Amino acid sequence: MKDTPKTLPRYSATFTPEVNAEIRRAAATGIYDIRGGGAKRRVPHFDDLLFLGASMSRYPLEGYRETCSTSVTLGARFAKTPVELAIPVTIAGMSFGALSGQAKEALGRGATLAGTSTTTGDGGMTEEERGHSAKLVYQYLPSRYGMNPRDLRRADAIEIVVGQGAKPGGGGMLLGQKISERVAGMRDLPQGIDQRSACRHPDWTGPDDLEIKILELREITGWQIPIYVKVGAARPYYDTALAAKAGADVVVIDGMQGGTAATQDVFIEHVGLPTLAAIRPAVEALEDLGLRREVQLVVSGGIRSGADVAKAIALGADAVSIGTAALVALGDNDPAWEAEYQALGTTAGAYDDWHEGRDPAGITTQDPDLAARLDPVAAARRLYNYLSVLTLETQTIARACGKSHVRNLEPEDLCALTVEAAAMARVPLAGTSWVPGQVF
Amino acid sequence: MSTLDLAETSLRDVNAALQSLNGTTNQTAWEVLNPRGAHALAVGLDAPVEVRVKGSTGYYCAGMNAEATIHVEGSAGPGVAENMMSGTVVIEGDASQYAGATGHGGLLVVKGNASSRCGISMKGIDIVVHGNIGHMAAFMAQKGNLVVLGDTGEALGDSIYEARLFVRGSVKSLGADCIEKEMRPEHLELLAGLLERAGADATPEEFRRYGSARQLYHFHVDNAGAY
Amino acid sequence: MCGIVGLYLKREALRPELGALLSDMLVTMSDRGPDSAGIAIYGDEGPGLKLTLQSDRPDIAFDGLAEDLGRAIGAEVSVRVIDTHAVVSLPHERIAAARDFFSDKDIRIMSAGERMEIYKEVGTPQSVVKRFGLGSMAGSHGIGHTRMATESAVTTLGAHPFSTDIDQCLVHNGSLSNHNYLRRMLARRGYAAQSQNDTEVAASYLSWRMGSGATLGEALEGTLADLDGFFTFVVGTEKGLGVVRDPIACKPAVMAETEDYVAFGSEYRAFSNLPGIDAARVWEPEPATVYFWERS
Repeated sequence: MKDTPKTLPRYSATFTPEVNAEIRRAAATGIYDIRGGGAKRRVPHFDDLLFLGASMSRYPLEGYRETCSTSVTLGARFAKTPVELAIPVTIAGMSFGALSGQAKEALGRGATLAGTSTTTGDGGMTEEERGHSAKLVYQYLPSRYGMNPRDLRRADAIEIVVGQGAKPGGGGMLLGQKISERVAGMRDLPQGIDQRSACRHPDWTGPDDLEIKILELREITGWQIPIYVKVGAARPYYDTALAAKAGADVVVIDGMQGGTAATQDVFIEHVGLPTLAAIRPAVEALEDLGLRREVQLVVSGGIRSGADVAKAIALGADAVSIGTAALVALGDNDPAWEAEYQALGTTAGAYDDWHEGRDPAGITTQDPDLAARLDPVAAARRLYNYLSVLTLETQTIARACGKSHVRNLEPEDLCALTVEAAAMARVPLAGTSWVPGQVF
Repeated sequence: MSTLDLAETSLRDVNAALQSLNGTTNQTAWEVLNPRGAHALAVGLDAPVEVRVKGSTGYYCAGMNAEATIHVEGSAGPGVAENMMSGTVVIEGDASQYAGATGHGGLLVVKGNASSRCGISMKGIDIVVHGNIGHMAAFMAQKGNLVVLGDTGEALGDSIYEARLFVRGSVKSLGADCIEKEMRPEHLELLAGLLERAGADATPEEFRRYGSARQLYHFHVDNAGAY
Repeated sequence: MCGIVGLYLKREALRPELGALLSDMLVTMSDRGPDSAGIAIYGDEGPGLKLTLQSDRPDIAFDGLAEDLGRAIGAEVSVRVIDTHAVVSLPHERIAAARDFFSDKDIRIMSAGERMEIYKEVGTPQSVVKRFGLGSMAGSHGIGHTRMATESAVTTLGAHPFSTDIDQCLVHNGSLSNHNYLRRMLARRGYAAQSQNDTEVAASYLSWRMGSGATLGEALEGTLADLDGFFTFVVGTEKGLGVVRDPIACKPAVMAETEDYVAFGSEYRAFSNLPGIDAARVWEPEPATVYFWERS
């Protein structure tokens, strides 16, 4: 006798195995999932844009022969000593604490070889970093961990952090595993406790106060060094306009793909704008104020390749910042450590529990044995190689579009593959002259 | 006594003159005339000099002070002596919000009252307020001592770490994870020293001590309401 | 993609022949630009400011224009109609009122100048020369252009020369690659482009710089820093001519100078009928080098 035909097991598109696993985890622990990194979901991104290379109506430049410059000056609006970079790619803020001393040293060495800057993070300035970074941006954060006037004056720029792309509007919570004796000492905290970072600055709120805070920082540093203001992408038009009005030399916009050392997964995945969507409104704000180019725009969040760099610049960025990509270049999530990733219940490429401090690659850890796995000199060389490739790729595209300087890339050099990307980047859908939302 | 007059000299020049002093100068006594609420006055000083500001100041007076002694013969705006490293700042009148915010060291004395968020995120500074203080004082205070001769507003010491709070008057309410603690001999001794340095007419025994219950130091689901 | 010519007369006596010489140079460049052609000529000063107007319906648009415009701006004006163009002379201080008057008419203002008049139309250079009688015009200097359109429309407004301020005009051979951000920046500084043409942006750029106090030479130097892409520019001002090529200098340019004139052409053959050309000093302008000739 034949079996009665049966339906196959069917998973819900809403209650997927991943969703159910998270519900069970939450039910068992009573705490939200905390992790590192940026948004992992698919969002409209630079991959959805293409360049229109020169052909008959435009003329390309010869590779390697005809100059395509990449230099950028940040902060000449008010600072006597602006930051001069050889390439339009900088290293984003990542703290000592989140990263090991060796990793910070490697970032400094690699960036310096490439002629660009690194940035401190929530935890103060270390000698490893200052010593090995020719250009160092000192972050001024709500926590003010390790903040002091001596480091302020030996910085090459100050970055006032209002927010970051992974968690616009959020503070932080770094679990105690990484608060080693040295980290605790730098932050004036007891060793080993959970560290709760504030979401607002302790002594100013809003752009009207910020204008005065910027005045104070300039008075303390003698108006020598530039002041950047970093915001997580949320309302980029207003945020950029207000930062510029408050007196910033540089505005840094960090999209939701931008990483963090540790934040709630729900925050990372559900708050903020994709980087692609944040650039044009920010540029428009600077244009409306007549400040484009005078106030530089730095864009970060999910930059991986020279194509991404070129696209961000074409949409109006003066430079970009990389964080996650720089860590991967150093050796983060390298399949060489697969067995150890497996032991942690994950796999190379997916490891994001940076806050736990057990990074097999020795980068996002304070464990001396793990940290010793990273050779700062060799890792710096990898970062330098990677930055060089980003630069060469950016130049290749810029030359193909007839630019003698990468900053001359324009939105009009782009088209979009999807309606979403066309609307967000305000460029035409490929093969059409249609820009969604544009009124003629 | 050297004099700088903000009616005649720009803020930049006044600050530059004060910042250029170093430990070897003979000109250790300065006065600043006509502050008239100016922001960022006498910030970033880094020498054992004495500055008397003859009037009231705006935001961030004496910000990031190191070594200098700064007297404000008036009231101070928001963020006075923010992130102070060392030295002494004395406000003869009242202080607005964020007095002594994130300070790492030194002594801040407010002869009048201090407004909200006094000692927010303090990291080692000593603050003595002769009058009352407002709400959210010593929020996330990490290290150092806050002494209040008068009363406090709501949510004193919310999310506090290891700072010590001494209050003579009433406490309107305590913030999350802040509790009253036993006053031991070493605290009385510490307090006596601070009161003396601040010229405060009070005895240590009149004060109560508050500090961290340390319940938020490691996440526990049953404390979730406090986060 | 275009042909450009320019002629600056050093000798007063040649002035009556300017139109004939320049027209011949322009027609020689027909192969480089068959879509449209135009010329800017610096003749005698008028009684007031000269506006060169264009209309696709000149029979209707220019009918009774002198009376209507004069009444609207409260001043006496003169109107000289030449095919699709009209040259109107009016008091300097009435120019804003005149712009208002034309804003809702089927009439485009192509230039304003003490001495400069601009004639340009869609069609071959030969036909443009003929319909406006360019051969009989006199003046001290002039520039001309034959266009092979690249990315903007083949229209009268898209033809060169472009004029973006009093007595200033520009012709361009090449293709700019950073004009879109510049266009948006200049629009915010009061130089709103009338077309999508890259050359108009370059013209506005020069007007903006000169309007901000730069000399012609300084403004031309500025193009080397601020404009990207390939260009050979010839610029006309009330006083004379300027020439600059981009640093790569792929687009052709040749110059000739005698005691009587300085001539510019995209190709040598533009000079072939100039008097005394065989004895002239002939050279190619250097890359990224500014040249200009001005009356004192």
